[in-house]
Amino acid sequence: MDVQIALLLGQDGVTNGAIYALLALALVLVFAVTRVIFIPQGEFVAFGALTLASLQAGKLPGTVWLLLAMGMAIGLIEGATAVRARRFHRLPLIILVNCGAPLLLAASLLAVSPAGLPLPVQVLLTLMLVVPLGPMLYRLAYQPVAEASVLALLIVSVAVHVTLTGIGLLFFGAEGSRTPAFTDASFTVGDVVLQGQTLLVIVASTLLIVALYLFFERTLYGKALRATAMNRTGARLMGISGDLAGLLSFTLAGAIGAFSGVLISPITTIYYDSGFLIGLKGFVGAIIGGLASYPAAAAGAVLVGLLEAYSSFWASAFKEVIVFTLIIPVLLWRSLKTRHGEEA
Amino acid sequence: MSAAPAVEERSVVLEASDLAVSYGKVEALHGLSLRVHRGEIVTVIGPNGAGKSTLLAALIGLLPLRGDLVYLGERQSAGRSVEQLVRQGMTLVPEKRELFAEMSVSDNLLLGAFDRYRAGHRDELETIDHVFDIFPRLMERRQQLAGTLSGGERQMLAMGRALMAKPRLLLLDEPSLGLAPLVIKEIFRTITQLRSTGVAILLVEQNARAALQVADYAYVLETGSISLAGPSETLASDPRVIESYLGLGGRH
Repeated sequence: MDVQIALLLGQDGVTNGAIYALLALALVLVFAVTRVIFIPQGEFVAFGALTLASLQAGKLPGTVWLLLAMGMAIGLIEGATAVRARRFHRLPLIILVNCGAPLLLAASLLAVSPAGLPLPVQVLLTLMLVVPLGPMLYRLAYQPVAEASVLALLIVSVAVHVTLTGIGLLFFGAEGSRTPAFTDASFTVGDVVLQGQTLLVIVASTLLIVALYLFFERTLYGKALRATAMNRTGARLMGISGDLAGLLSFTLAGAIGAFSGVLISPITTIYYDSGFLIGLKGFVGAIIGGLASYPAAAAGAVLVGLLEAYSSFWASAFKEVIVFTLIIPVLLWRSLKTRHGEEA
Repeated sequence: MSAAPAVEERSVVLEASDLAVSYGKVEALHGLSLRVHRGEIVTVIGPNGAGKSTLLAALIGLLPLRGDLVYLGERQSAGRSVEQLVRQGMTLVPEKRELFAEMSVSDNLLLGAFDRYRAGHRDELETIDHVFDIFPRLMERRQQLAGTLSGGERQMLAMGRALMAKPRLLLLDEPSLGLAPLVIKEIFRTITQLRSTGVAILLVEQNARAALQVADYAYVLETGSISLAGPSETLASDPRVIESYLGLGGRH
């Protein structure tokens, strides 16, 4: 391997690592706030990428139907609750938010041909279609069992993951899609050619991470999420309900997933079930951070990306094996370092 | 259980009658009635395990309760939630303080105003100045992480955080617990000061002497029900209270 190949692989590794880092942050966030190990995180990546690809191919993305169906289900549940509590004045808002907004989005997609729209609008439409699925999933699958054990929540996650993968196959078919690069620009630094697309992914991921940092450090809602992660009872006594914190963290997780999908779609061909593996690599990063530390999770995820890139050069058949084997020494080190006992 | 006529005229913030709270099949509280007026400090004293903390947890909606409960003139339904009560101005300072240990003192305080912020009030910076006036120590420590504070400072922070919600009814659970006598004195002086702002305070205490000194009205809770009630001065000189809770040196 010469320097040029090493740099090229490094570039690849950092690009993928940046995406894994985003997913690792989302996993840590969701786990810290709701104790849910969010296996379906990767499905948001696949749905984001495939929705964008459908829009660009001039097809109506299947995620519209999922959005409508879940909106209707939530509208029914919330509506029934409001009627039982005799709070009829809340009905219009419930129907408008859960059924009206998805219908409006579907209607406007049918009215205009999305293939002809400029790229930023297509990306925005993709986010509008995929991000709301996050809080909707929380409302339908997790909120009713929010007080359950971590294990029960994990089982719910597995069920949601399997369901979403099946729905993905139904909506997008078995063929993979790849969207054209956002930019054809490339830069030459010394002997190395930097792809514009690569830079775009790194810059966009970094910006998103900075935005998340500012959200958690500077805004009261971000602080409320951190407070819930630190002390649930204390947060409830301040009026920060578990439901609010759950919806908020799942919205962020949905946004991070869909955004990652948009970023990765020109780099890799994405299939309906590609999300799982991508999410799992983010999970390895999150585990390196002990599912608690954001910087360690992000650093771990970049490490996963680099390891993957270099192992694909030397032992491409064992690429995934090497990446996932990384988790064993990390877990060993973590369990030796952490003291288990009655006082823990 | 008749209150003094002067007390009767003021507006009632909380009125509970025939309350019962159970943990599964075990009844922790039964047949409990009490009343708190605006600008009044009411204390519930009693021994360990009498159900004092249970009472506060049930009032704020952390535990389900049975019986009649009227808060701010509204009958409370069985399905009431902590979040609804916080929105209606009820705030609990729990026995364990429940601070956000890895956040700064000022962030802890700001989160006390979270519900007001969410409801559209943007006055948290004025409120925080007001809280700093009441607890100057928190002002000095405002950049420090809550987990690094001393016991007394933690109690001040827990109370300050509760005041950030501009409560109408403040529930205080054992504010003297684990604190040095001088700090207890300071905390209770602050509680007396708060009364003048019009907030109603329900104070649960094991330290009966300190509680009876600041309170207007007092209840004695023993094994899940009220055994005695009356104006604090009356109770402080009641032989049964002196014998069980104040000891022989009742005059110190």
